[in-house]
Amino acid sequence: MKMTGAQAIIECLKQENVEVIFGYPGGSVLTLYDALQTAKYPHVLPRHEQGAVHAADGYARSTGKVGVCIATSGPGATNLITGIATAYMDSIPLVAITGQVAVSLIGRDSFQEADIRGITTPVTKHNYLIKDVNDLPKAFKEAFYIARTGRPGPVLIDIAKDIFAAEIDFEYPEEVKMRGYKPVAAGDITAVEEVYQELTAAKKPLFFVGGGINLSDTSEFIREIVSYTGIPVVSSLMGLGCISEDDPRYFGMIGMHGTYGGNMATTETDLLIGLGVRFDDRVTGLLKEFAPKAKIVHFDIDPAEVNKNVRANIRVIGNLQWSLDSFKEKIMNRSSADWHEQVNPWYETILAWKKDKPLFYKRNSEKILPQAVLESISNITAGEAIIVTDVGQHQMWTAQFFNFKHPRSFLTSGGLGTMGYGVPAALGAQVGNPDKPVVCICGDGGFMMNCQELIAIADLNLPVKIIILNNQYMGMVAQWQRSFYKKNYAHSSLKTKADFVKISEAMGVPAFRIEKTEKMDEELERALKTEGPVLVEIRIPEDEDVLPMVPAGARLDQMIMGGSSE
Amino acid sequence: MKHTLAVLVENKPGVLTHISGLISRRAFNIESIAAGYTEEDDMTRITIVVDADDQYELEQVVNQLSKLIDVIKIIDLTGQDRVHRELAMIKVVATPDIRADVINIVEIFRAHIVDVNKETMIIELTGEEMKIDAMCDLLKDYGIKEIVRTGRIAICRGPKSAKEVS
Ligand SMILES: Cc1ncc(C[n+]2csc(CCOP(=O)(O)OP(=O)(O)O)c2C)c(N)n1
Ligand SMILES: [Mg+2]
Repeated sequence: MKMTGAQAIIECLKQENVEVIFGYPGGSVLTLYDALQTAKYPHVLPRHEQGAVHAADGYARSTGKVGVCIATSGPGATNLITGIATAYMDSIPLVAITGQVAVSLIGRDSFQEADIRGITTPVTKHNYLIKDVNDLPKAFKEAFYIARTGRPGPVLIDIAKDIFAAEIDFEYPEEVKMRGYKPVAAGDITAVEEVYQELTAAKKPLFFVGGGINLSDTSEFIREIVSYTGIPVVSSLMGLGCISEDDPRYFGMIGMHGTYGGNMATTETDLLIGLGVRFDDRVTGLLKEFAPKAKIVHFDIDPAEVNKNVRANIRVIGNLQWSLDSFKEKIMNRSSADWHEQVNPWYETILAWKKDKPLFYKRNSEKILPQAVLESISNITAGEAIIVTDVGQHQMWTAQFFNFKHPRSFLTSGGLGTMGYGVPAALGAQVGNPDKPVVCICGDGGFMMNCQELIAIADLNLPVKIIILNNQYMGMVAQWQRSFYKKNYAHSSLKTKADFVKISEAMGVPAFRIEKTEKMDEELERALKTEGPVLVEIRIPEDEDVLPMVPAGARLDQMIMGGSSE
Repeated sequence: MKHTLAVLVENKPGVLTHISGLISRRAFNIESIAAGYTEEDDMTRITIVVDADDQYELEQVVNQLSKLIDVIKIIDLTGQDRVHRELAMIKVVATPDIRADVINIVEIFRAHIVDVNKETMIIELTGEEMKIDAMCDLLKDYGIKEIVRTGRIAICRGPKSAKEVS
């Protein structure tokens, strides 16, 4: 069928079942916007391109679908970069569409020209520059396929302005043919057998789950395996929600701000089975002393992850849907009772560590403490909410004190640690999940980095609940300065005359402040039960630390515990 | 240890940027990189010589490069029975008083003189890197004005092509 490039793009988006686009128009994409409007394509207008890409990311993380965003050439496109890099580090499937200057103007430093393909090469799974309208359908087909299959990731399609108006005889390819990209579903089954053999011989086995479980929707498998065998399990930041915190065999997050039980278990285990993890430095601490007594097994879809940081004794490469299913089958060869008998002493050991030094804070403080806020939100929502955070101390307290129950219920920038992620990602998550409660936990610093999206939230009347934990500091920075820079708080104070409640109200989101400890639960409940959006500012002490803490470069068992439990 | 990788890629714009960008970003030690057309129109072959500390580093290089969508296949030629060559062109001082000496060296190395003028000449030499290094070393005494080298290219002996080797 004959149509314009812009109409062809809309056809491509329909074929890929794209429900909504997050975008911001400008010169080079006006023809596309014209067609979007005519087609009445669902479109959300964040107030900054960075907001658009984080919103697409929040949508993708919470729904499992590919998130789509659009920006114009030059500054529009460069405003996407932080968001694309954020998605890349956490393997989030996105397709970013950018306008480029007209074909004849490319390479001449034309108005609003930026080499976005060159710029995004290190932070995309793949990218395209379209200079011929006939290349559009194949590029879109491939882009969506690449974004969602294998190890997911962001793909960028840069399209020269004149292509949107050019005529094409449109036909969408039935299938993709790429010689260099063939994601393997199933891997080597003998490796699974080998893991099984090791496991039957292990005295102190430990599962370590990561973001890969969330991304591959395999949390059911691991839940079943854990309940059948009783093998203890710990998580990375990105793995939170894979295992319900109610599971007695679950010992929380490990790493820099991990639990005592989890970090000790990692130090003492004799068989560490990593599932969809990448052994990032925030998890391992001192790399060569990580899990020093253990054989290491690594399940992952990406062969490049194996031996990148930690040396694996056995690797199981393939989609976790395949590998965990095969593994589960193997495990069922033995009775549940046998497994439990094998691992129970080890489980009791970890349980004793956990009971000895649980996550701790001063429960009877006169001031409102952030940990208490998170516990309260956790209780009120009963874990049935999508929790989005920004980056900093509040992010770690959320990871520690919110009881996650479901996969894809915790959205956070783990790999890149992007301040400003929270508010727009919450917007995107709510668009993708209109009927689920979405709660965004922010710091006073990161909130300001994309607070303009309150306007989009208000105008769409999205019922996002935003909680600002205001310590009047870049808390995480201040914590490091307190511990490692002799309390030299260099430029980390955020003490200000600004009023978050007024800022929020001015942008159309009702807001209030919680000041009294006695009223905290009640007022949080009021906020969370409100229809429509609400922002709540809570003043917390400026010098509260996230604990435990493994100092950078130390071993996991060298945690600073703090508090009375030390 | 040095490894010679044959990297078969789609013949598309931007592929070399993707590859060189990845190499620098991951801080791999690359000694040389040489690209050119192949027996197939839509395929480019890039020969990369990488200096890897151990098997893990080499594995990372290969795995990370393999992840690039436009990379079709990577073959490590290191263990294979192979021929490898590099081409160099050297502009060396060759005033009449020393010209005979320079020509002598050219002959010993079975190199070619491809251009000559009153002051200098251009010598073309094909061979393994060590041979080129050795000749440059000798010519240094006469005064080298310019050296240009292609980097290594390599091919397996025997009837099979690299794309057929597993
Ligand atoms: C875009 C960006 N800039 C800087 C940083 C470094 N950084 C990490 S945490 C942090 C402080 C965050 O402060 P706030 O948002 O108030 O959260 P808090 O730690 O106080 O909970 C900073 C500056 C970052 N992660 N991202
Ligand atoms: Mg703060």
